[in-house]
Amino acid sequence: MSVKVNKDFSYVGKSLDRNDSFLKTTGRAQYTADLKFPNMLYGKLIRSTVAHARIINIDTSEAEKLPGVKAIITAKDVPSMKWGLSPARFDENIFAIDKVLYVGDKIGAVCAVDEETVYKALKLIKVEYEELPAVLTWQEAAKEGAPQIFEEYPGNVNTEIHHKFGDPDAALKEAYYVRTDRLQGQRTYHAFIENHCSIGMWDGDKATLYSSCQSVHYLQYHLARVLGMKMGDLRVLKTHVGAGFGGKLDPTGLDFSALILSKMLGQPVKMFYDHEETFLNGHGRHAITMELTTGVDKNGKVLAHKFKAILDGGAYTGLGIASTYYAGSLLGVLYPIENYQFDAYRYVTNLPPCGAQRGHGQPQPRYAFEHHLDLIGEAIGVDPIDMRLVNARKNNTVTTAGYEVKSYHLGKANEMARDASGWKEKRGKLGLGRGIGVGNGGFVTGAGFCQYRTDLPHSVGMIKIYDDGTRAFVYSQAVDIGQGSDTVLLQMAAEAMGYPYEKCQMYAGDTDLTTLDFGAYASRQTLMAGWAVKRAGEDVKQKILEQAVEMFRESGRIKEGWAYIGNRELRPDDLDCKEGIVFVKQEPSLTLTFEEVARRYFVTKGVLIGRGWYHPGKLGGNHKGAAVGTSPAYSSATQIAEVKVDLETGQIECVDTWDVHDSGTIINPKLFHGQVHGAFSMGIGETIWEEVKFDDKGKLLNGNFSEYRLPTALDMPPVLSLTVEDSWEPNGPYGLKEVGEGATTPTMGCVANAIYDAIGVSMTELPITYEKVWRALKEKREKEQK
Amino acid sequence: MSNFIVDKSGIKRYLVSVKINGSEYTRVVKANTLLVNFLREDLDLIGTKKGCELGDCGCCTVMLDGKPVNSCLVLAVDVDGREVTTIEGIANGEELDIVQEKFIEHAAYQCGYCTSGMIISSRALLNENPSPTEHEVREAIAGNLCRCTGYVNIVEAVLAAAEAEKK
Repeated sequence: MSVKVNKDFSYVGKSLDRNDSFLKTTGRAQYTADLKFPNMLYGKLIRSTVAHARIINIDTSEAEKLPGVKAIITAKDVPSMKWGLSPARFDENIFAIDKVLYVGDKIGAVCAVDEETVYKALKLIKVEYEELPAVLTWQEAAKEGAPQIFEEYPGNVNTEIHHKFGDPDAALKEAYYVRTDRLQGQRTYHAFIENHCSIGMWDGDKATLYSSCQSVHYLQYHLARVLGMKMGDLRVLKTHVGAGFGGKLDPTGLDFSALILSKMLGQPVKMFYDHEETFLNGHGRHAITMELTTGVDKNGKVLAHKFKAILDGGAYTGLGIASTYYAGSLLGVLYPIENYQFDAYRYVTNLPPCGAQRGHGQPQPRYAFEHHLDLIGEAIGVDPIDMRLVNARKNNTVTTAGYEVKSYHLGKANEMARDASGWKEKRGKLGLGRGIGVGNGGFVTGAGFCQYRTDLPHSVGMIKIYDDGTRAFVYSQAVDIGQGSDTVLLQMAAEAMGYPYEKCQMYAGDTDLTTLDFGAYASRQTLMAGWAVKRAGEDVKQKILEQAVEMFRESGRIKEGWAYIGNRELRPDDLDCKEGIVFVKQEPSLTLTFEEVARRYFVTKGVLIGRGWYHPGKLGGNHKGAAVGTSPAYSSATQIAEVKVDLETGQIECVDTWDVHDSGTIINPKLFHGQVHGAFSMGIGETIWEEVKFDDKGKLLNGNFSEYRLPTALDMPPVLSLTVEDSWEPNGPYGLKEVGEGATTPTMGCVANAIYDAIGVSMTELPITYEKVWRALKEKREKEQK
Repeated sequence: MSNFIVDKSGIKRYLVSVKINGSEYTRVVKANTLLVNFLREDLDLIGTKKGCELGDCGCCTVMLDGKPVNSCLVLAVDVDGREVTTIEGIANGEELDIVQEKFIEHAAYQCGYCTSGMIISSRALLNENPSPTEHEVREAIAGNLCRCTGYVNIVEAVLAAAEAEKK
């Protein structure tokens, strides 16, 4: 099915300015760290300095004597209930009880009158440890007799997955060509610029927490659970959030401490991280060790695929179970593979915990498969784009695992990217030191299930029309972390109401004042919160049209002026409303303004409120773990990168890039392309430079932006971002699908493949640093000389 | 060196007079007070953001006597008698500067956390060089990290602002 975007839309499909334009360009937008409350105190966490140890004693006596120190708390002062983002593995405490599991693990918190006193007090706290042997890699963790980090994870195995569809071994035997490759990913970090910050305060038995977070709902749920509170007694809200990329989804020690300390002291408490601590907080991308075996026919069609993934999880689970499933669950969405085996292990190690980062568990496996596919294509003499075209999923199909895929135009994306990039003239023809490569990707548009077991809808929207109809207030717990969710939600709400976008105002991310949404993760908000506010808008419109019918009748204008009405009464469905004007469809000169109708509604019936609701319902997939990967809609995308490699030094320059996205209807093109640019930039960074490193004691080596190397403006190539225009998703409001996370998933593959095209050496370990390229070229030369 | 007083614990506190966004401010600061903290904590000019505090990210960029600097690497005592422009001083009341306008038009920001510093660096560039090349724009903002935008729209916005200002 393919339906063109209705060109008559007033706001959907338009590159409107963001709703926060003025605030963010004038410095007036307030982030959590910018907030000050009267009588506010400041606090930081006490962190472990060793990787694995029993805590023998915590001596806070000297720190307590320091003038200005208000409180120091440790595990004995706080609830001991375990928590985590995966209900099956609650394994984290507010503060370490007895044992610390990594350098940076949370031991307690210090609260004082100002930041300087907090830092001074931290230096005076003496923690005595009995050090235990630490495991710093999954290989050490997996060894026979390795130190056990958790009793509940024998052999340090935290998650284990075995999926098998069809008969991969039999199909491999039949295949025209079979190949096995081993590839290695690295630990990376979200690298948002705003550090985490939380401010807690109380009014009797009611608590309020400001937090720079991605989901106010999950935060409220987890905090209330651990602190023994009713959810309604805890208000969680956010201000502007300085990005997240997955790193602000897990509750932090700051959130718990801010609430506990502010209750204890009767004063607002601001808890904050400095920059290095955000790295220690972790939850970035897992390093994945990957082994892929694939059998193809002579055209390159994949007949069977076996994928083994081993994830280095760091301490604690967080979202790690989902990360592990995502490593393997989406491959079959891109490429229909009837015989598919996925075996995965996630080990715990004595390093900061890993979790979700843009694209979740998928980008490294995408890199591995996309590179593997190029190597197969090379061996059987099939062009990389043709390899992808022969395998790309088609529209309206069902995956081997049972996921229903409605709109899907991956083939078209490949063709468009091929043509836009000049692929045919460039591939294999650019000469040594220059190359072009392709990669495919895509993602879920929201997860089919809540992170914890519940029957709650995934999103609820509400719109309140101001008394005289001159403003519309749109409510949702959706969290705008920069992606622009507030703007696109307002566009959809305005469209649905038929009310001017400029007069719509967003209230978002506040558990007291706004309506349920699970927040910013799994690329879900535009679809899920989009449905909720669209339906709320339609509810408003229905009430406006009903009210307008009454007003037309009362005015007597209908009987005189409109012949078509004949002997039947005017009905709401004879009317429509657009951009604030209510009109009779068959006689558009008969109008009322939305404002006058809304005011009349308020006078005769009370406040005009529209309500909307969204639940994805029962989705496909019945195997164990089907919950991770099932979604109402799947995006797909093709990216192509062109690189230049300095054969003397190994230096890589990404010189040009192309992206074609199958994202259904694009609600706001300029914000959409911004997502693609940012995702591409993160993907290039992760392919070439980025890696979180530790020393042999588990101590973080590069928790700063001079040594954890992000792409700068000088590194970033131009990006030509295109969309598949006839993509329309029936499961998305206005036919939309996601872009935010999926756009990072093809990047590592396409850049790595471009490097391969440039140097003729397959680089199987991320990041593909200059040094690794230099070494690879040196080895290649030495081999050739022999 | 500016005047100082010694508090009862023997710590010197310095008198700093500085012109910020056209207004004179006089405050007493400690020798180790960073300009970023002085602006944010003492003067509530929170538009200047605090990021890495190491001079890497650039989100605390302000103009000091017209030149962009990382305010986390400048001591408050060192701005005595000098002139500072922060993001709050870029617009003229509610009338936006052309750089701000072009940032909005080109969607040159997402989360907005790097934006204050990015606009300051861009404005400082255009003050010095009204017709920068694309590469010069990229160089001028190379010390301002942005994780959201890939810089694509930022570079476009700055070039568009330069173009508009020529008219």
